[in-house]
Amino acid sequence: MIVKAGKLVDPCSSRVTETGAWRTFKPVVDHKQCIKCSLCEIYCPEGCIHQVRRGDRETLIKYGHDKEAGQLAPGDDFLFVPDLTYCKGCSVCAHECPHKAIEMVLEEK
Amino acid sequence: MQNLLAPGHRACAGCAMPTTVKLVLDAAGKNTIVVSPTSCLEVTTTPFPESAWCVPWIHSLFENAAAVASGVEVMMKRRKKDTNVLILAGDGSTFDIGMGSNSGMFERGHKVTYVCYDNEAYMNTGVQRSGSTPFCAQTTTTPPGSCSMGNPRPKKDMPAIALAHKVPYVATASVSYPVDLRRKVKMALQANGPAYIQVNAPCITGWTFETGTMVELARLAVETGLWPLLEWKDGNLVGVKKIRRPRKVEEYLSLQGRFRHLFKRPEGAEDLRLIQRLADENIAKYHLVD
Amino acid sequence: MKPSNMKVLEGSHAVAHAVMCCSPDVVSAYPITPQTHIVEHLSQLVADGDLEAEFLTVDSEFSALSILIGASAAGGRCYSATTSQGLALMYEVLYNVSGMRLPIVMTVANRALSAPLNIWNDQQDAIGARDGGWIQLYAEDVQEAVDAHPQAYKIAEDADIRTPVMVCMDGFILTHVYEPVNLLTKDAIKEFLPDFQPAEILDPNNPMTFGAFADPSTYTEFRYLQMEAQQRALDRIEKVAQEFAETFGRNYGGLIDTYHADDAQIIIVTLGSVVGTVKDTVDALRAEGKKVGLVKIRSYRPFPVQALRDALKDAEAVAVLEKDVSVGSEAGLLVDLKAAFYNSNLRMPIIGFAAGLGGRDITVKDVRRMAELADAARKGIEAEFEFLTLRKEIL
Repeated sequence: MIVKAGKLVDPCSSRVTETGAWRTFKPVVDHKQCIKCSLCEIYCPEGCIHQVRRGDRETLIKYGHDKEAGQLAPGDDFLFVPDLTYCKGCSVCAHECPHKAIEMVLEEK
Repeated sequence: MQNLLAPGHRACAGCAMPTTVKLVLDAAGKNTIVVSPTSCLEVTTTPFPESAWCVPWIHSLFENAAAVASGVEVMMKRRKKDTNVLILAGDGSTFDIGMGSNSGMFERGHKVTYVCYDNEAYMNTGVQRSGSTPFCAQTTTTPPGSCSMGNPRPKKDMPAIALAHKVPYVATASVSYPVDLRRKVKMALQANGPAYIQVNAPCITGWTFETGTMVELARLAVETGLWPLLEWKDGNLVGVKKIRRPRKVEEYLSLQGRFRHLFKRPEGAEDLRLIQRLADENIAKYHLVD
Repeated sequence: MKPSNMKVLEGSHAVAHAVMCCSPDVVSAYPITPQTHIVEHLSQLVADGDLEAEFLTVDSEFSALSILIGASAAGGRCYSATTSQGLALMYEVLYNVSGMRLPIVMTVANRALSAPLNIWNDQQDAIGARDGGWIQLYAEDVQEAVDAHPQAYKIAEDADIRTPVMVCMDGFILTHVYEPVNLLTKDAIKEFLPDFQPAEILDPNNPMTFGAFADPSTYTEFRYLQMEAQQRALDRIEKVAQEFAETFGRNYGGLIDTYHADDAQIIIVTLGSVVGTVKDTVDALRAEGKKVGLVKIRSYRPFPVQALRDALKDAEAVAVLEKDVSVGSEAGLLVDLKAAFYNSNLRMPIIGFAAGLGGRDITVKDVRRMAELADAARKGIEAEFEFLTLRKEIL
């Protein structure tokens, strides 16, 4: 880090701070219950719920869903997936999901 | 949905402000310059050397966002650029210390969209009372006690101040009505002059409520009539969102720690009636209930 | 040397004309006596199409300078003017502009500060703001004020400097006086002063964040960079003055100027329009055989330590004359000068005088008295600092 005259900072550089370390509870999405209304994506304060193609294992793993990536039933749809690198566990998504497809689970670390 | 506010920012878990900002930026798009005053938004998104902003952004002081935005707008006009100039500010700056700059910007007619995320107190500095703090709310400078029932003054009517300046587009919005909010931002950006949108943004740290319920609370604020969703164009009221399921104010207030004293003390009953009257007045004035 | 373009006009108008020649993008100012004529004249130049700039009539001085923060960050060359209460109201913004390294140029028509309310000239306003991070250049007469403006932009906008500049001219004395002035021209200044093209601006094609907050681990380094830049400005100010002299044939010294100082026993140090009165007094005293001289400070910030040590090294006594006081201490320039000398081996007595406060006239007689007191101080200082023209009879 170099201190630049005038304090200019690069855009989107907050990504280095992995706020996932803050949470106590993590959201677990039941993709069978999910009706893909996208309200979780809309309401998430971190903007860290993303639409990921079901077969995209690489992205699922990048977002912290290693186990799930291997266990999903096959299909061609998009899943709503929280990026656990940043998810603070605020549970707004779980509260607002109209189909109760998200459960907040105590995270063991 | 394009997310022009990157994650990794330091906002409290479950804060309505980043959700609001995300939705506003989604409506505004990449061709936008944002100006913010000193605020929760500013400190949580720009601790050197990090920034959560994926659009150009500038922060100067607490009370001059509208002035700085005026300068940016003037240069965009001079260079014939159609770049949106957007202010994202808290209520402290908007309602109080920035009043002078705001009045000047509105009066000079700059094409700047001013979005105030209103969490109803000076949250960044520790939950002190602002001009936007509602009647009876507990803050650190209006604490209830044996001689006090919390904030003794009503909320300042900032949309009325904008309208008095003949601001061509004025609206109130809520984080719990995201489609309405996005539409209003798009309308504001098209206005031929300044625009002012005030968004209800529940603050989990300052209002004290159950984690994850910020959207629910914002929805209740609308459904009680305390936060009517209104829209004015060129001074005329053109949009009113009707309340589908009207609620009593208690259903909204009882979920928040900042109003707890109204329910625990016998004198609180009279204040609850007064607050219900405020809500009823809004409902009558704007025909919020069919 | 360019052909002469001489006119007799009011100081304010001459400065407005000079600003026009610098082709600013945005002019943003709030009216306050005695700066008003500068801004009024600029608005007429805009209305007549002579100055093609965005001209904003704003809601306060605080907003005036804040607007320029936005405009400068968006790549515009910016100008404002103020004085006294207006400068005081902008105090917060002054630090913000210099901290954000925005090269704004502002004329300060020096005026006394309330309370008591007083609209006449003194230098309390700008000298009181000396820690605000701005470069401060003081003008002796209208011509110098005019010439200082393009130089100010050239210094401020230099990529190694990036520091805002205040051009200080005594309110009423220089703003409202009519003097013959060699006017600049837009073409001549366009050659002297390149277009303002900062490396990074507010631009959706390159979305940078301006004005992040710096915690204890980095704040100091930002301040250090500002100090370094003003050190480099010492050299830059001299060079720009030389370049201006080569192009326009007028030179005011860069950081300081001297008058009969080489062999002077007593040297008077001062800044602003009173330099003229001191020069007259020096002439009179020299005619009487007294070895008195003047050192005029042009750049007050950055403070020209080495230049002053060199110019004053052979003096036997120094008298500092200024139009401000630092209540609870002495006065700004005096304290800065004594501090600059303390660690050198120069040990002549330095005594200070505050005069001209609230617009009180400073006469040749007053300056004579000051020279006499400095002369007496060679044998021992009686008073280190005093009010030169105090009216004891009304106390």
